[in-house]
Amino acid sequence: MNIVVCIKQVPDTTEVKINPVTGTLIRDGVPSIINPDDKGGLEVALELKDKYGAHVTVITMGLPQADAVLREAFAMGVDKAILLTDRKLGGADTLATSNALAGALKAMDFDLVITGRQAIDGDTAQVGPQIAEHLGLPQVSYVMGLDVKGEGKYIVKKETEEGYQTLEVEGKCVLTTLASAFKPRYMTVAGIVDAFDKEIEVWGADKIQVEESKIGKAGSPTSVFKSFTKELKPAGEKFEVDPEQAVELIVAKLKEKHII
Amino acid sequence: MNFELTKTQQLFKQMIREFAEKEVKPLAAEVDEQERFPIETVQKMAKLGIFGIPIPKQYGGAGGDHIMYTIAVEELSRVCATTGVIVSAHTSLCCAPILENGTEEQKMKYLPKLASGEWIGAFGLTEPNAGTDASAQQTTAVLDGDEYVLNGSKIFITNAGYADVYVVATMTDKSQGNKGITTFIVEKGTPGFSIGKKEQKMGIRGSATCELIFENCRIPKENLLGKIGGGFKVAMKTLDGGRIGIASQALGIAQGAMDETVKYTKERKQFGKSIAQFQNTAFQMAELETKVQASRLLVRQAAWKEGLGLPFSADAAMAKLFAAQTAMEVTTKAVQFHGGYGYTREYPVERMMRDAKITEIYEGTSEVQRMVISAKLFK
Repeated sequence: MNIVVCIKQVPDTTEVKINPVTGTLIRDGVPSIINPDDKGGLEVALELKDKYGAHVTVITMGLPQADAVLREAFAMGVDKAILLTDRKLGGADTLATSNALAGALKAMDFDLVITGRQAIDGDTAQVGPQIAEHLGLPQVSYVMGLDVKGEGKYIVKKETEEGYQTLEVEGKCVLTTLASAFKPRYMTVAGIVDAFDKEIEVWGADKIQVEESKIGKAGSPTSVFKSFTKELKPAGEKFEVDPEQAVELIVAKLKEKHII
Repeated sequence: MNFELTKTQQLFKQMIREFAEKEVKPLAAEVDEQERFPIETVQKMAKLGIFGIPIPKQYGGAGGDHIMYTIAVEELSRVCATTGVIVSAHTSLCCAPILENGTEEQKMKYLPKLASGEWIGAFGLTEPNAGTDASAQQTTAVLDGDEYVLNGSKIFITNAGYADVYVVATMTDKSQGNKGITTFIVEKGTPGFSIGKKEQKMGIRGSATCELIFENCRIPKENLLGKIGGGFKVAMKTLDGGRIGIASQALGIAQGAMDETVKYTKERKQFGKSIAQFQNTAFQMAELETKVQASRLLVRQAAWKEGLGLPFSADAAMAKLFAAQTAMEVTTKAVQFHGGYGYTREYPVERMMRDAKITEIYEGTSEVQRMVISAKLFK
């Protein structure tokens, strides 16, 4: 079984500050991480490797320094890593990104493609489903569980607003995973020591056979008009208790703070 | 000259920091309160290869460097000094002397299982009457046929009871003084070898600290580690390496207390502003931050020299002396900055202050470090 996991390098938004004047992200000194939903997808793939000996390839599209997330993926246990990087791919919105990634996937041999549901720096949740459409493959989004039922058959648990659905999927497909459903493994010490000796395949735009009008800035119908910061309010404390207990709790809290 | 961590070391730091925050920190208060050895954490660390960081790959280790090992002990100790010393004693005091002095058979027998964490290691040197004066060993080993017979006891042994392999110093020829000391490898479960009293300690309360008792304990003569009469050298070299581990532990405790104090003093308001905004707080914290950073440079310099095979004895002593003093000073002031809350177990700085004290005592007291440093200075 060949699995390809698409991952994205994102700024760790828990540590990102926003410039209140310009409304843009202050990226200086902010660590870059593997997007959490994608890391969940990596864990799903690595569990299939542990259980069934699957071969796991990881691909990322980004600047040359995005190789850091591929090294981390090596240290977690993936077999192969591809960095898709080219000036021609720069300035891509979700459509151009998914065109490029779908082009790369067409050049690969795979049974299953996994992406994260969405990236924490954009929150669109569009790239995974778009890849499936470009490739003409069935897709299951919001995946919270996966197992193999037989040759090319998967039992997939999908989160819905009300609960979850259990689906059976057959053949090549695209899944988008939720970070909250999986506990990604830690890198191992030996994996880290070896990670920088492994070869990352670097692919340029010429490798993916997609028209230039469909990738990069040229292939991006969306552009950011303005970003702004929502005014923040402190979160406050939340308690879930019965109404009778709530009165006592509120009074106790007010007394504790010497308000009453 | 380059002060930056390599990419491998940076990636390792990212992993161990995340592991410490998510898996170790949540248990730190409980392990201290209950004086409980954190066996579940040990198993998790074993799975990731944390017990074999600087052990070469041919012996089942990760093949990492000494800097990575110091980062591991620092980051673990930053949230839980108990967990830090478990790794330090195992790596520096048991794996290292076997790697340096063991025969190929001994290395192949012990190191893969120690590196994988299937076996935990410990080291027995201190005795009731042989502390700083380690040459006054009273535990004896006498050759009888193909076996050595050990009699005596060791005290204050870290990881005792949970460890499977013990490197033990004994006196094989009292007339030779230091040159009559010999080290052996003793396995858990050997008849005549038992674990005695468990100490109740001020700090690092989750770490197992017990007595080792040898009563006609017979071990095969193949378990001789190094040469007959070469044990004092083995022990002193082992402690040199161990001091880098304990310096890393002290550094981690100090950094942990700094991080807690920065957070608290920014949040805590008195007289209408955060207490971090008072110059008294800010200037003291600046002093402490400088000392923590200086400790880190000393630790990494010593580890770097050890890794290159350069003499590092005085460097390790300076790193431990300074880092331990810094840990004690930072944690004491951290409690002060936390005020009444800092004296309670609601905040971790109380535990950190208790944990810091041992770093001025074990693996050579601060006084011993001054002896080592001054001996080199005036030689």
